[in-house]
Amino acid sequence: MDEIDIEVRVNGEPKSGRVEPRLTLADFLREDCGLTGTHLACEHGVCGACTVLLDGVAVRSCLLFSVQADGSEVTTVEGLSPEPGTMNPVQEAFWQHHGLQCGFCTPGFVVSTTALLAANPDPTEDEIRDGLSGNLCRCTGYQGILAAVRAAAKAMRI
Amino acid sequence: MKPARFRYHRPESIEEAVALLADLGDDAKLLAGGQSLVPLLSMRLARVDHLIDLNRTAGLSQISMDDGGTTIGAMTRQATVEHSAEVAEAVPLLALAVPHIGHFQIRNRGTIGGSVAHADPASELPAVALALDAEIHVVAARGRRSIPASDLFVGTWTTSLAADELLQAVRFPAWSGRCGFAVEEFARRKGDFAIAGAVCAVGTNDRSAVDRVAIVLMGMGATPVRARDAEQLLLGTTPDEDVLKEAGQRAADAGQPTDDIHGPAGYRRRVAAHMVTIALRKALRQATDHGRD
Repeated sequence: MDEIDIEVRVNGEPKSGRVEPRLTLADFLREDCGLTGTHLACEHGVCGACTVLLDGVAVRSCLLFSVQADGSEVTTVEGLSPEPGTMNPVQEAFWQHHGLQCGFCTPGFVVSTTALLAANPDPTEDEIRDGLSGNLCRCTGYQGILAAVRAAAKAMRI
Repeated sequence: MKPARFRYHRPESIEEAVALLADLGDDAKLLAGGQSLVPLLSMRLARVDHLIDLNRTAGLSQISMDDGGTTIGAMTRQATVEHSAEVAEAVPLLALAVPHIGHFQIRNRGTIGGSVAHADPASELPAVALALDAEIHVVAARGRRSIPASDLFVGTWTTSLAADELLQAVRFPAWSGRCGFAVEEFARRKGDFAIAGAVCAVGTNDRSAVDRVAIVLMGMGATPVRARDAEQLLLGTTPDEDVLKEAGQRAADAGQPTDDIHGPAGYRRRVAAHMVTIALRKALRQATDHGRD
């Protein structure tokens, strides 16, 4: 079947690939770019573990084909930190407030939270809960995650 | 990679898209936001030989308004509608319904036309289209037509669109004057498909009597269900709480829910009746408050 040439900017770096149209963006990031921070669990849009930013907008990378990202800018969890070995305020807050346990869902939560706070720097409790409803965590019971998001919002406003 | 192999097409114009559809017909499927289609492809509940991606097709994302109503291009993202003050003013029911769709990440990709064409009976936009008597503007290589929403939904995930037709835009006729709108649904978790839900639009005259009403049920059959009996009960009345309860009951009786893992049909019916009652109460209050302005 026809393969298609694509060029995607991933975390600021140009990446080119020759892909089958059915290759999801998540698989392109993990397999072709070696960026395994984007996690795959349900692979049908429910769990949110694969959330990335496409041209700055939070999307499920399992529900996009990589050909659709041709010419776009993708930011994965690896691209959120200001420089290698550091963390952005959201990551820092998840670390400080026990916003993770096994860590599997964490990249999705961190990316979603980054998008949520960019759009709404001072969210209410309801808005935080609504904003996190598209990401599933099986370990924490969510309380540490909620605390982390509140703390990140506060830290980013200062 | 989970979907079966397909050929990928990325038309840049509507003409190019409908020419592809005319050529490929049943072997092709249109890709809008992909938030429903891609899971179906990944689970191989659907399989296509050709996928026609509309995400770079020009002329499908405009929103235009006139006195008669609001026309929204099929590829307009749900998030765009959600954040549009103009849409909230012109089509309040749509603005109320959109935040109930999935999660914000889903609405960033999901489209108005895609959701209507996907015709999930538990989803919000088909119900809104049916309640507002929306007109579905459709284009094919052989010509254009406009389908009333009441003729569009024929079964679960099934519409009266022909294989060579592209849903170009949805026109929502304006409701003006003393009107109120409400969307109520019950789901176990935020963003899940509702166990049952209702969208209601109510217009009242200067004596607060109902002179226009639309009630549509979600998740209560193979298509969204317009509850005409319940609407008839309300027309011309100034409904009290008993009448609103009776309307909820009659509306729920119009549905044909089935038993599933979320609950038996009878439970769905009871939930639906309550959703209709509280939606009507909210819409009516808004309509009569509007009259006092």
